[in-house]
Amino acid sequence: MNIPSSILTMLVGIGVTLISLWYGQNHGLMPIAASAQASQIDGLFNTMMTLGVGLFILVHGVLLVAVIKYRRREGDNTDGPAWHDNFPLEILWTALPAVIILGIGVYSFEIYNSMGGLDPMGNHDHGTMQSHAKMRGSAIAGTLSDTPQNAPQIQPEKQIALGVGAAPENEGKPADLVVNIMGLQYAWIFTYPESGVSSGELHIPVNSDVQLNLGAQDVLHAFWIPEFRLKQDVIPGRTSELRFTPNKVGEYRVVCAELCGAYHGAMKAVAFVHTQEDFDSWIKEQQIASTQNLEEAVAVNPDKLSDGEFLAPYVRDIKINPESLEQLHPTHH
Amino acid sequence: MTQAQFQETANIEARGTEPADRHWRDYFTFNTDHKVIGIQYLVTTFGFYLIGGVLATLVRTELATPDSDFVTPELYNSLFTVHATVMIFLWIVPAGAGFANFLIPLMIGAKDMAFPRLNALAFWMIPVAGVLLLSSFLVGAPQAGWTSYPPLSLVTAQMGEEIWILSVLFLGTSSILGAVNFAVTIFTMRVPSMSLNEMPLFCWAMIATSALTLVATPVLAAALILLSFDLLAGTAFFNPTGNGDPVVYQHLFWFYSHPAVYIMIMPFFGVISEILPIHSRKPIFGYLAIAYSSLAISFLGLIVWAHHMFTSGTPGWLRMFFMITTMIIAVPTGIKIFSWLATIWGGKLRLVSAMLFGMGFISTFLLGGITGIMVASVPFDIHVHDTYFIVAHLHYVLFGGSVFGIYAAFYHWFPKMTGRMLNEFWGRVHFGLTYIGFTVTFLPMHALGMQGMPRRVAMYDPKFTTINVICTIGAYMLAVSTIPFIVNVIWSWRYGPKAGDNPWEALTLEWMTTSPPPIENFEGIPVLATGPYDYGMEKIQNTGERLKLMLRENAIASSGQKRGIPIAEAQASTFFSGTATLVEPESEINVDSPADERQDSN
Repeated sequence: MNIPSSILTMLVGIGVTLISLWYGQNHGLMPIAASAQASQIDGLFNTMMTLGVGLFILVHGVLLVAVIKYRRREGDNTDGPAWHDNFPLEILWTALPAVIILGIGVYSFEIYNSMGGLDPMGNHDHGTMQSHAKMRGSAIAGTLSDTPQNAPQIQPEKQIALGVGAAPENEGKPADLVVNIMGLQYAWIFTYPESGVSSGELHIPVNSDVQLNLGAQDVLHAFWIPEFRLKQDVIPGRTSELRFTPNKVGEYRVVCAELCGAYHGAMKAVAFVHTQEDFDSWIKEQQIASTQNLEEAVAVNPDKLSDGEFLAPYVRDIKINPESLEQLHPTHH
Repeated sequence: MTQAQFQETANIEARGTEPADRHWRDYFTFNTDHKVIGIQYLVTTFGFYLIGGVLATLVRTELATPDSDFVTPELYNSLFTVHATVMIFLWIVPAGAGFANFLIPLMIGAKDMAFPRLNALAFWMIPVAGVLLLSSFLVGAPQAGWTSYPPLSLVTAQMGEEIWILSVLFLGTSSILGAVNFAVTIFTMRVPSMSLNEMPLFCWAMIATSALTLVATPVLAAALILLSFDLLAGTAFFNPTGNGDPVVYQHLFWFYSHPAVYIMIMPFFGVISEILPIHSRKPIFGYLAIAYSSLAISFLGLIVWAHHMFTSGTPGWLRMFFMITTMIIAVPTGIKIFSWLATIWGGKLRLVSAMLFGMGFISTFLLGGITGIMVASVPFDIHVHDTYFIVAHLHYVLFGGSVFGIYAAFYHWFPKMTGRMLNEFWGRVHFGLTYIGFTVTFLPMHALGMQGMPRRVAMYDPKFTTINVICTIGAYMLAVSTIPFIVNVIWSWRYGPKAGDNPWEALTLEWMTTSPPPIENFEGIPVLATGPYDYGMEKIQNTGERLKLMLRENAIASSGQKRGIPIAEAQASTFFSGTATLVEPESEINVDSPADERQDSN
């Protein structure tokens, strides 16, 4: 039975549409979405994926059919039909992509705006700031005790940031939590200005409006948490910002995405999204720990130690017992 | 009589009498013949392709395991930096120039390029720059990626970095010299009866490419010279420790390096537009749309650069502007793809290797184009920027597009360059291995990037191991795929069956002379008896009378009465100088006998 070509075309069109719709929603290519922004971006990607799959099948279908159906037969040395123009068709395939692109553009704009990309306060760059960097590109590995000095010290009223600012509903409001982040070869240092806590890990409460202020000490880095779908370069001499709402408790990787040196691949940290209670208790633990550390630091002040006490940790290496040390007279040195 | 026979018959007088007989030593001299220079370009750049391929294979070998255990992290960074630089600046860009050198004067009926010595100079800068770049491995090769972003480029492998800058400056200068030559040649040296809208589409593509090169490349040169000052003289244009701004470097760099993508791919848009109609035996669909869309891409390509900086120092409103301009490029690109499909549709397809690579080009470039629209969208790009998704995307554009295009062109014009046919069986094996190897290597990288693997890392999360192993296997397959091609080219160049002048029954002028063409291409003035793609057009009526008329018109035009003095002068100083032999319009031509004995290309 011959099927009229118009019906066949319609059936093929329906088939392609169904496959595209199904695959566009079920590709499983993205990691889990753990922020309010992530699910919006996934929606946009699914739409683009649906359109892309449709186009992919269409073009490859034409190529495949042409290879099978229009392959030159043995002994046929004649030319094909002399089609070289079809104005309505050319208008169609110019206008259709233009309309689709316009649609994707508007959709992307909406998503970007709702993420906070167009926040007028958080997204202005008034030029470069004075550099935080202290040495000419040297790879100085910072220690945790250095962190508060090295972290970007940002005055809220002078905030000049690149990146993603507050969502429209939060514009003008301060964030629930501010974390200052310093990137350096090859570590991330997180400081919490309100509580004075410093850490090599990022801890944030779920469903809170979090603002990250990003700075770099040496070279370019890029702060990226794949599950949040957020990334921002951190640039020596400038401050960047990422503002978002984590919405899934869990443990996520912080990745440096910008080439920052030989050990770029090893520049990682962990981001913990806690319940508010867990976050509060973590902050308290850190504050207590840092206080204890401070006291211990005073207790071991070398000025108050005898030579034996001061050198006791090292005697194993030099094979002299503390008693022998105590008996040594300064003039023997 | 077919259109091809008609065109050949009209050009019997113009056709060269003897194929060029070249010695291998000619290719190692400062030769000014555009065909020698074209082949010098192609062989040299293919050599660099193999070197770049070895570097890529080393990179993929390192990535077969999550740890950095095959090479040191420093060497790993050097490997991918030099790999990218070689592939972009020493393979794809100059390979396009190589085909343009060989083809443009032949396609427009000229004797040579407008500036033959400049042409040779442009070529000889390439091996010098290439050797210079590779020599950096002796002193510590650059490690900052092909983008060479400061401050990293200012603090790692400084001598290697300076060598990289110098090498790229050489290559950029070569590009500019080549672009000037192509533009002047096309605009001033066409046969008098060939209007711009009757040129082969490859020439249109080269006009668009040359325009882009001339506008964008000097900006890269400026950026690199300033970077060099920072590196050597302690200035702080881009160094934040002296209040310099690294983001300014990014703007300057991408102002060239995004258009560079089009500089790399547009010549092969032209190549595909030549190959598809010939092997489909149909006219190109939408000649003007394809020609003008190249110009549109050329213009739009200049105002999209900041989409590489969506996660960098770009304010939100600017991100929106560059998102829209980037997306708009999909329209002229889509016009080309749909026009190519319409060209194929309903034809009588000769599935020779050139055609297979041409169709492979559409297949792979399409995916690069789709992901290109995705990364133009700011919110999605924020997630995938600087990840393996981008690695996949750019390889689908530049390997799937440009390299497939280069191979298609190799297979298509090899008979004209050498006078011999390539072996079709091994050509198909080459295509199959390349297509499969390419897909296995690069398709899974999309998932890798979206799942969270950044690019340019020697060590990665072990959960990505399986996909990386698959990619590495694909890379080995790609490496193996070059073997049948190399063997085929070397063997066929020496022992392959004779090709004849026009084995593909084409209509463009390069096929209207001997294979390989004589030193000044044509003995007389070529004649446009048909359009470049008039396959299957109306039957030729009153053939003898039409031929006489055309020859008369051509002779009149060539004397400057038809096209004006400037063109006539240019023609007089180039085309008609020396041995030019005007065809007598009244001379008798035997139109009943085909010009050459044809070979069945299938």
